[in-house]
Amino acid sequence: MPRSLWPWTAVLVVLAVMAAVPSLFTGIDPDAADLNALLHPPSAGHWLGTDQNGRDLYARIVYGARPSLLIGTGAVLLALAAGVVIGVAAAQLGRVADQVLSRSLDVVLSVPGLLLVFLVVAVLGPGSGTAAVGLAVVSMPGFARVARSEVIRLRSAQYVEAAHGFGWSRAQVVARHVLPNAAGPVLALATVSLGAMIVASSSLSFVGLGPRPPTAEWGAMLSDSREFLALAWWPAVFPGVAITVAVLAVTFVGQHLNRRVEGRLS
Amino acid sequence: MTPAGRGPLVAVRDLTVRFPTRHGVVEAVRGVSFRVERGQVVAIVGESGSGKSVTARGLVGLTGEGARVGAAELTFDGVDLRQVRGRAWRALRGRRVGFVLQDALGSLDPLRRVGAEVAEPLRAHRIVPGRQVDAEVVRLLGEAGIPAPESRARQYPHQLSGGLRQRALIASALAARPDLLIADEPTTALDATVQRQVLALLRERVDDGTAVLLISHDLGVVAEIADHVYVMKDGRFVEDGPAAAVLESPSHPYTKTLVGAVAWHGRAARPGRASPAGPEDVGPGNAGTAREVLRAEGLVKRYTLPGRGEFTAVEDVSVTVRAGETLGVVGESGSGKTTLGRLLMGLLEPDAGRVLLDGRPWDGLRGPARRAARRGVQMIYQHPLSSFDPRYTARQILEEPLRADRAPREERDRRVALLLEHVGLAPDVLDRRARELSGGQRQRLAIARALAPGPQVIVCDEPVSALDASIQAQVLDVLADVQERLGVAYVFVSHDLAVIRRLSHRVMVMKDGRVVESGEMEKVFDHPEHPYTKALIDAVPRFASRFRRVSRGAGVTGA
Repeated sequence: MPRSLWPWTAVLVVLAVMAAVPSLFTGIDPDAADLNALLHPPSAGHWLGTDQNGRDLYARIVYGARPSLLIGTGAVLLALAAGVVIGVAAAQLGRVADQVLSRSLDVVLSVPGLLLVFLVVAVLGPGSGTAAVGLAVVSMPGFARVARSEVIRLRSAQYVEAAHGFGWSRAQVVARHVLPNAAGPVLALATVSLGAMIVASSSLSFVGLGPRPPTAEWGAMLSDSREFLALAWWPAVFPGVAITVAVLAVTFVGQHLNRRVEGRLS
Repeated sequence: MTPAGRGPLVAVRDLTVRFPTRHGVVEAVRGVSFRVERGQVVAIVGESGSGKSVTARGLVGLTGEGARVGAAELTFDGVDLRQVRGRAWRALRGRRVGFVLQDALGSLDPLRRVGAEVAEPLRAHRIVPGRQVDAEVVRLLGEAGIPAPESRARQYPHQLSGGLRQRALIASALAARPDLLIADEPTTALDATVQRQVLALLRERVDDGTAVLLISHDLGVVAEIADHVYVMKDGRFVEDGPAAAVLESPSHPYTKTLVGAVAWHGRAARPGRASPAGPEDVGPGNAGTAREVLRAEGLVKRYTLPGRGEFTAVEDVSVTVRAGETLGVVGESGSGKTTLGRLLMGLLEPDAGRVLLDGRPWDGLRGPARRAARRGVQMIYQHPLSSFDPRYTARQILEEPLRADRAPREERDRRVALLLEHVGLAPDVLDRRARELSGGQRQRLAIARALAPGPQVIVCDEPVSALDASIQAQVLDVLADVQERLGVAYVFVSHDLAVIRRLSHRVMVMKDGRVVESGEMEKVFDHPEHPYTKALIDAVPRFASRFRRVSRGAGVTGA
C-alpha cells in the first residue's frame, strides 16, 4: 500500500471502531440536552460545540457514525446480493428469463432514483432499514447488469469450457470459475458505490427519510443546523466534514483495493 | 538499381535499445550492426524475445516512450537518424519507409474502408494529385494481388479474409513508393497458400528496387526471399551472411538449433508412423485390435447470420478415430476445423448427424451420464493461457480434473507427479501461475491437464501454432510420447501441413466445411487426388525441399 494511503486507511479504521463501539471515543451522552448550553461554540468542555438543543456535537458525530455508515453499507450489500443473483439468473437461465429480467431492470432504471426511494419509504415507513432497502432497490440494476455481462463473457471463456469437460455440473462450474472471476468488476462497482451510497443515505436523512430523531445521524444533523446557520457555523460544518472525510477514505482505499485485485488477475 | 556512388540505404552500427523497468534496465538490443542495400531483402531471424522487432523499431524511432536508443551510426540514405525529430520523422515514415505488421486486422482501422486506408499516405504525402487518388488506390490494390480492387476498396477490413487484409496492408505500406519496407512477421498469421502469394508480391517490389527489412522467426519464409540474413539471440547478432550460406551451412550453434528445429518441416519425423490399426504396426499402447473410440456420422452444423442467411460451418462430415491413433484435420482458416472439434467434444449440438463416443451417442446422454462421458474427450487449445483459470497455480490446474473425479488427496498428489513426468515438466512449476511459465511449459501443462481425466480422445486445436519452431518440435514430441505410452487418440486440427505430417496416421482435408479428401497420411501427402489438396501441398514443399537439403548439409536431425 502506498504511503499516501496510510492516513485514509487509518481514518477508515477509526470510523469502523467508532461505529462499532462509540463509547470508546466519548463519555458524553449524545442525546443529553443541556438547556444552559444552547449553540455554544467549540470549547474545552464541548470540543466541537453544542447544537440548538445543547447536545454535544462531538458525541453526536461519534454516535452518528453507526447509522450514517451502516445505511450506505447495508444498501450496497443488499444491492450486491440481489444484483448478483438476478444478473447470474439472467445470464444462465436462458433467453426468456434473460429478456424478462433485463427488461424489468430497464424499467427500474427508467424511474428516477429519488422517486423510487420515496416510494419505498412511503410504503415501508421511514427508518434506517427502509432507507437502506430503498437505496438498494435503486442501485441494484447496476450490479445485476455488471454481473450478467461478466457471466456471459466468462461463459465462453476457454477455461470454463475446459471445466465442463472435466465433468463438473453447470452449477459447479459457475461456483468454481465463473463467480470468482466475475467478482473483480462487481466488487469494484461495490466500492465505488459505497461512497455514493453514504452520501445518498445522508441526503435521505437530511430530508427526514432516514432514522428518526433524536437518533444522531450526520445528514439529519446537517438538516437541523440549517435554521441556525446565521447564528452558528459549527453544527453545519462538523457533520459535513465527517461525511466528506468518510466518503473520501472509502473511495481512496476502495480504488486501491480494486487496482490490487486487477493487478493480481491480469 | 543501386545508383553508383551512393552509400547503403540503411547503415546501423552498435545499435542498443534499453527499457528501464521497475526491476532494473532490460537490454533488448545489445549493440547490433547491419546494412541494407537498395533492392535487397535483409532478414533478421530469431525466436520470440530475441529483440528482432525492437531492432526494426529502433531504426525508425518507434520504440515507444521510455526506451533509450543509442547507436554509433544510424543512417537512412545518408540522413543521420539520431538527429531526426518530430516532423522530420513523419516525413520519413510512410513516405520513404513503409511498415507491414503481423496482425493486419490490428493495423487497419476497423471503421475505415480499405480504400481510405490505402489513400491516406497518398494524400498525407501528396504522392498523386487529389483527383487521381481513387484511381491510384485501385491500381495499388490490384498490384498487391487483390482481385476486384474497385469493390474491395469499398469494404471494411473485417469483411476481408486474412490474406486479403495482409495484402491491403502491404498496398498501403507501398502506396508512397517507399525506399525501404519494414515487414515484421508479414506472413505469420497466414495460411500456406496465401503466404506464398504475399511473399511473391514482396519479391516483385524488391525487383523494382525497394529494399525490404524482413523480421521473421520462420526460416521457411526467410529462405524464400531473403538475400542476407542476420541471426539474432538475446539482443545480439550471433551469425550473418548470404541467406543460402547461413541456412544451408550454419556455423553458430544457435543457428544450427533454429535450422534443426525447422528441418522436420515437410517430412514425417517418425518413420513408419502407420496407423496402429494397420496390420504391420500395432503400437504398444493399444495391444490387440485398435478399437474405434470416436465416431461421427454425417455431421452438419449451420449458423444463422443476422441479415445474411445461413452459414454452413460443417457439412456432412464423418470421422472415425481408433485408440492410439492420430487423425490430422487440415484446412485453411474458416474451413470448419474448429467447429468440428467442438462437435466431437459434445460442446456443440450438431444440426444433423451424431457423434458416438465408445459406441454411445452423445445425444442419448443427459445429466450426470453426459458429464461423465465428457471426461473421455479432452481438448488442448491454441492458446493454453486462456484455457487456464487465471487465479490458479499449475498445481490447482492439474488437480481440478482429479477433484471433479473426487480423487482423495494422496491419489491426487501421486497422479499430478505422474502427469508432470509424462509431459516432462519439473515439479517446481507446480506453485507458479500459468502466466509465469514459458509458452512451451504452458502447452505441456495443458497436455498434462488434458490427460488428467484419463480421456480416450484429445482434440488438439492448433496446439503449436503460437509457439516458436524449436518449441513446436518439443511439444509435438511430448504429444507423440504420450500417445505411445498411454494409447490415447488425437484429433489434431491444424493449418500447418508440416505439423500434421509429423504426428498424423491418417489425414482429413477440409475446405468450406466439407471433407474433400481423406486417407492414410502417406497416401494423401504423396499422392494427393483432390486439386485443393494438391494446391495446399504445393504451397509448402518449396520451403520443405530446401530444408531437406539443409538438414542433410548441417547434419542435424529433426526428430
